[in-house]
Amino acid sequence: MLSGRLVPGLVSMAGRVCLSRGSAGSGAIGPVEAAIRTKLEQALSPEVLELRNESSGHAVPPGSETHFRVAVVSSRFEGLSPLQRHRLVHAALAEELAGPVHALAIQARTPAQWRENSQLDTSPPCLGGNKKALGTP
Amino acid sequence: MSGSLGRAAAALLRWGRGTGGGGLWGPGVRAAGSGAGGGGSAEQLDALVKKDKVVVFLKGTPEQPQCGFSNAVVQILRLHGVRDYAAYNVLDDPELRQGIKDYSNWPTIPQVYLNGEFVGGCDILLQMHQNGDLVEELKKLGIHSALLDEKKDQDSK
Repeated sequence: MLSGRLVPGLVSMAGRVCLSRGSAGSGAIGPVEAAIRTKLEQALSPEVLELRNESSGHAVPPGSETHFRVAVVSSRFEGLSPLQRHRLVHAALAEELAGPVHALAIQARTPAQWRENSQLDTSPPCLGGNKKALGTP
Repeated sequence: MSGSLGRAAAALLRWGRGTGGGGLWGPGVRAAGSGAGGGGSAEQLDALVKKDKVVVFLKGTPEQPQCGFSNAVVQILRLHGVRDYAAYNVLDDPELRQGIKDYSNWPTIPQVYLNGEFVGGCDILLQMHQNGDLVEELKKLGIHSALLDEKKDQDSK
């Protein structure tokens, strides 16, 4: 559902950063990801909702649901500052953020802004845990 | 202006690693760490974020960030030539780690304060960097962004 928009560069980057052997995030949608999607749909009625589980790029076990990136495109964001938009997303996901989710990168855009740039960005590589030595040029 | 900012943003978005050697850091950056006395109360944090014009709460230190998002904040400040800022490592201090989340009403680290005012995390700082707002906000604090000089250099060529 969401992979259609990913640019090829992104995919290769994910492969480079990923330590796990292709298990985590390879298609199966976990309960946390499903909850995030449902809650954002209910709270913000997004026109577009792209969600990516980026956990496999981090120092967590395969199949984890700890690191996510989300693009939420909603007319509710009209007239709101980036800070206010992020707070709306945080509020919708308070339970997840207080529990299993360690990192949530947010792109909160109005429909007009999304038409200008409809790309789910790439997160910076993890520098923590046992991955520190990875990816050094 | 947008040209040089755009280029800088593009460079940043490559998320280069291995470029952040210690030599890049001026003496201004203070890794304040847990020297704050383990402060997690609202009063202590209020004083902390107002003590310096630019205050960041990171996982790790500016020299050695332990998280890609914290590193991104450090790199953005570096691009703008901001050296004199206070950086607190929340990994050194569990009370600070939870305390700043409560104080800011913001669930994640990194967090950025300008002039005692909460700005946001990595996503928002990056957005401000890309759209030019960060240059303006720094100007309000009396900090001249290095990206303006870079732009001048390019114009004069």
